[in-house]
Amino acid sequence: MALVLNEEQRLLAETAREFLQKQAPVSALRALRDSRDPLGYDATLWQQMAELGWASVILPEDFGGLDFGFSGLGVVLQESGRTLTASPLFATAVVGASALLLGGSTDQKAEYLPQVAAGEVTLALALEESAHHRPQHIGTRLETVGDGFALNGEKVFVLDGHSADTLLVVARSSGEPAARDGLSVVMVPRDTAGVAIERTVMADSRNAANIRFTDVAISSAQVIGNVGEAGSWLEDVLDRGRIAMAAEMLGSVEEVFARTVAWLKERVQFGVPIGSFQALQHRAARLQTELELAQSVVLQALATVDEQPRQLALMASLAKANLNELAKLATNEAVQMHGGIGVTDELEIGFFLKRARTAMQIFGDTGFHKDRYATLCGY
Amino acid sequence: MEDLDQFREETRQWLEANCPASQRLPNTPEEQYWGGRRGSFASEDARVWFERMRDRGWTAPEWPEAYGGGGLTPQQGRVLKEEMKRIKARTPLYSLGLWMLGPALLEYGSEEQKQQHLRAIVNGEFRWCQGYSEPAAGSDLASLQTRAEDQGDHFLVNGSKIWTTGADRSDWIFCLVRTNPHVKKQEGISFLLIDMASPGVSTTPIELISGESEFCQTFFDNVRVPKSNLVGELNHGWSVAKALLVHERKLMAEIGGDSPRQEIAPVEAARRYLEFSAGRIADNQLRSDLADYEMRMHAIGLTHMRSFEERAAGIKGSVGLAMKYLGTEAVKDKNELLLAIMGTRALGWEAPGFTTEELDTTRLWAMSKAMTIAGGTSEVQLNVIANHVLQLPQAPKAATES
Repeated sequence: MALVLNEEQRLLAETAREFLQKQAPVSALRALRDSRDPLGYDATLWQQMAELGWASVILPEDFGGLDFGFSGLGVVLQESGRTLTASPLFATAVVGASALLLGGSTDQKAEYLPQVAAGEVTLALALEESAHHRPQHIGTRLETVGDGFALNGEKVFVLDGHSADTLLVVARSSGEPAARDGLSVVMVPRDTAGVAIERTVMADSRNAANIRFTDVAISSAQVIGNVGEAGSWLEDVLDRGRIAMAAEMLGSVEEVFARTVAWLKERVQFGVPIGSFQALQHRAARLQTELELAQSVVLQALATVDEQPRQLALMASLAKANLNELAKLATNEAVQMHGGIGVTDELEIGFFLKRARTAMQIFGDTGFHKDRYATLCGY
Repeated sequence: MEDLDQFREETRQWLEANCPASQRLPNTPEEQYWGGRRGSFASEDARVWFERMRDRGWTAPEWPEAYGGGGLTPQQGRVLKEEMKRIKARTPLYSLGLWMLGPALLEYGSEEQKQQHLRAIVNGEFRWCQGYSEPAAGSDLASLQTRAEDQGDHFLVNGSKIWTTGADRSDWIFCLVRTNPHVKKQEGISFLLIDMASPGVSTTPIELISGESEFCQTFFDNVRVPKSNLVGELNHGWSVAKALLVHERKLMAEIGGDSPRQEIAPVEAARRYLEFSAGRIADNQLRSDLADYEMRMHAIGLTHMRSFEERAAGIKGSVGLAMKYLGTEAVKDKNELLLAIMGTRALGWEAPGFTTEELDTTRLWAMSKAMTIAGGTSEVQLNVIANHVLQLPQAPKAATES
């Protein structure tokens, strides 16, 4: 019964909704934006989220985790999408934790995962090098120097890159820039010599950075798993990230659509609520049918991580492509149906619009995932 | 769960032993068995297959055993469907009685009506057709004008019904008729069962753009109908009709799995009709369109599963209302996609020069246009979603389905 929430998940969703609506509504993101907060999120809030177990939802109990799986994590992400809450949840608890869990050695897992679970350390995956998601096109180099390595290269759009304690840097140990083999992921503390971090202020008011690595000395203990073998697990990490991001986007879409429907009932023109006009009713109803599809796709994708790893790539691309398209449609329709007030900064609809565009680029746009889905299906 | 696994195992064995090999091949429209006084089997195997399923109650697997059904739970019914699909078993009995009238009778019929009609439906004794739409009452169904006048011991019916599928081969028709012209339109409608053999009933086939004439117009000229044929209360037929429409829409949302024509899957069509280069369809537009369609069908399939799981868990969700719209629009998309992929090979109207499958593709494309019109247009479905799911206020002036 993957497509219906169980009791445990329902409770988690309720707790998350209550907590986030109260502690981190959209107005909190606006405040972080307007004060140009150096961290970009509320550290106290993140500590509270970690105490609720959200930094460790997917981690096994051995590492201090809740072990609720992705189906559990999904409901928390969905709720944080509803409130557009800025936090290390995605970069640390989903992507970083998955990288260590899937790629790390026994020692690395034992050392770092309990810290992640406790909310004591934040992580950021430094992956992208161009304007588009191209996970195999890695030019950043990891070269052997003595009994260690030297890291050189430039990364862009590193989510939480300006604030994370430790950067997980995807680098090439061998092979051509587009080769699947020869990739390594190394853990680099942010204050390491040769690491130059430039915070980027983005449209969605969330946190990212461009980072340059110049002759950064790396020891073999900093390599996650084995040198040159990250290709075997990195794709699974990205697929988990794609599914998690789809869950967050679903929450945002549900919220922006609910606000739009409420506006259609409230706004009066020509002496009647504008929601009584069929031209708008049909557009809203069509969005509702798209939302029904997205809900099924996300629930199944989350369950796939936990239960059907063979379907992971296909479901990840289906989920991300589906939510990319829906997020674009739902936010555009939200602005248009709100009319003039929809393009004002005073209304929160704009925050959803901007976040959607960033989220759409995270780990693959629609074209990327449609192409991947077709390739996986053999055409 | 264990019981369900055991049921699956038993069902699988029974189907293996009882479904003749010939009944596991795709059937043509002529080979479908629709029952009724004039119904005949295309082969001895078809008769045997039908009788074995009937005797097990599996022409109506989820109906109560008391009325000839199989008494299965929804979960067991789903397993049976899956197992039949697995061996490509033909539907033993095609019947609007099974799919539409039966569920409505179970909910609204008198005990006498259930006794009279349900077992006959299960046994395929009578073929039923539906009398809803009229020439002047389509999307605005409630404005229907076929009237049934109270004549003491019977109703006198006058008027005509359109889109009555298979009416020229049916024995009975379930009809919406006006029994009170003086009240709000929805409040003067009754649900009536009419024997097509009654004097004054006549039918004329209607030819469609696909070249088929499944549909008829049916005329009622001073037809006498016993009062015992009224289902539910007088002037309360609209509730029965709405309940029945839910079954029709569900049916249409699920349609496509059991088509009598040779339907080609879009991916298979692409392999046969398109150029591939390095394992990819060379035409980027068609490759992208195909991926769009396949991903959408994937999502719709998952949504059907969610709808089922929600029902099984006793959750009353909104998903069911979206399925007719999504499913039928997707069928149209599929047929347009097939035309694009197969090019002029999917534009043949008659042999020679085309394979049966190619000719069927053309006809199915033309037929698919009716999918988003029959059983409530897509626009009516969107009205329903807007008003009932989103609770948006009724549109001014333009009357919508309530």
